[in-house]
Amino acid sequence: MYSEKVMDHFTNPRNVGEIEDASGVGTVGNAKCGDIMRIYLDIDEETKVIKDCKFKTFGCGAAVATSSMATELVMGKTIYEALEVTNKAVMEALDGLPPVKVHCSLLAEEAIHAALWDYAEKHNIKIEGLEPPKADIGDE
Amino acid sequence: MDKLIYLDNAATTSLNGVVLEEMMPYLKENYSNPSSIYDFAQKAKKAVEDARSVIGDALKAKDREIYFTGGGSESNNWALKGAVAALKEKGKHIITSKIEHHAILHTCEYLERQGCEVTYLDVDEDGLVTPEAVEAAIRPDTILISIMFANNEIGTVEPIEKIGEIASKHNILFHTDAVQAFGHIPIDVDKMHIDLLSASGHKFHGPKGIGFLYIREGVKIDTLIHGGAQERSRRAGTHNVPGIVGIGAATKLAQQKMEENTKKEIEVRDYAIDRILKEIPYARLNGDRTKRLPNNINVCFRFIEGESMLIMLDQKGICASSGSACTSGSLDPSHVLLAIGLPHEIAHGSLRMTLSEETTKEDMDYVVDSIKQTVERLRSMSPLYEDFVKKNK
Repeated sequence: MYSEKVMDHFTNPRNVGEIEDASGVGTVGNAKCGDIMRIYLDIDEETKVIKDCKFKTFGCGAAVATSSMATELVMGKTIYEALEVTNKAVMEALDGLPPVKVHCSLLAEEAIHAALWDYAEKHNIKIEGLEPPKADIGDE
Repeated sequence: MDKLIYLDNAATTSLNGVVLEEMMPYLKENYSNPSSIYDFAQKAKKAVEDARSVIGDALKAKDREIYFTGGGSESNNWALKGAVAALKEKGKHIITSKIEHHAILHTCEYLERQGCEVTYLDVDEDGLVTPEAVEAAIRPDTILISIMFANNEIGTVEPIEKIGEIASKHNILFHTDAVQAFGHIPIDVDKMHIDLLSASGHKFHGPKGIGFLYIREGVKIDTLIHGGAQERSRRAGTHNVPGIVGIGAATKLAQQKMEENTKKEIEVRDYAIDRILKEIPYARLNGDRTKRLPNNINVCFRFIEGESMLIMLDQKGICASSGSACTSGSLDPSHVLLAIGLPHEIAHGSLRMTLSEETTKEDMDYVVDSIKQTVERLRSMSPLYEDFVKKNK
């Protein structure tokens, strides 16, 4: 059902965890649908480079794998470059996803954007092209 | 992978070796069509009738009340569509429950589009249909009550005899989907007032693609599969002789070993349930603790999602199933878990393990240990668990 890459990122997810006092945190999805992703970013004030990125995910194998891949893809990028990491890029990097799991990659993109939005809000800056995250985060 | 612990016997079971042996001659030398007149076909004909007789005995029914079909889904479709067509003068109302198999629910939805009205009864927190609720739902135009014998997901065994009494008192046809029950728990169609009963061969170590519908003598339902004169002209199609021989042989074995297997399974089942509930926090058992299939364990683990649990268990050689959305192919988790009142996020974290009589305590020790590791690992990755822990600090 899943590609080898998906299985690898599910079995050995990269960058699982939390960042204390993160520069930006984004949580998307909802428990009702069975997927929640939370992304933590540590961003260099000067260079705007993402120095560290961690995630926590409640969801299926694809949800875990897309979160893991998304953290890898944005690591070391500037916040502006990170904005360019699309769900398509995440999917391609994982050698594809089954059609019913495409929404997981969208969630990963949204989670990155939500974390960037949080950063922008906290630091009172505007990131060109960044939309506010959808307000459908429901836990419990 | 060397280790394989198969805990999905509600999905399908292994074909018993003795059953296969009995089937083999009918796949090879005795390939004749039992409807043919020549002597060569007589052996196949007898084999079909012998199997019918074994099944009749198992249900305490007459042989001629057993009609072979292509499986459980066909039997359920036939019972419902056939009853509705035959009784359209009397009415168009059906009573069923919210936790039926999709072979019943989707057939009911189809019948609703054809003009039927269907009452889907609620169940209690353990998945039990109450006989009182059945009686309260009866209308003058009610033509059929269809309640499953035992639930395929949570294993709850319904009060079939009491529901049968009510159906009989009101002179309404009573169908039960016994796909998970037949071959596992005793069934007596007379005592339980059952008019129609569906079963499937591969759920009790018989072959796939064969099942039957019990139709009480005198009960009129329309034919679903039209064609030849097989099965007393009520179900057309050349007899699946090896399949029929197989379901007969499997029934015989299941009946002989039912008591022994039940005892073994309940012991192992309860051992595993106790360990899980004792050793894994925030776990709950779904379904009734005692009115439950001997081989069914269904548990929810909070803060984690079922599919990822299944993949991790699969990597440890354990085959199980889940009622999470990701495994149901829709956005909603299992309709059964929602019907017993579980919130979506808890229903997503369900795990069903259905044992066989060969599953041992040692197997389940390995399985419970593996579940513990898996749950712990997934919780360490779960934002829901993170929030829960922070909230309760």
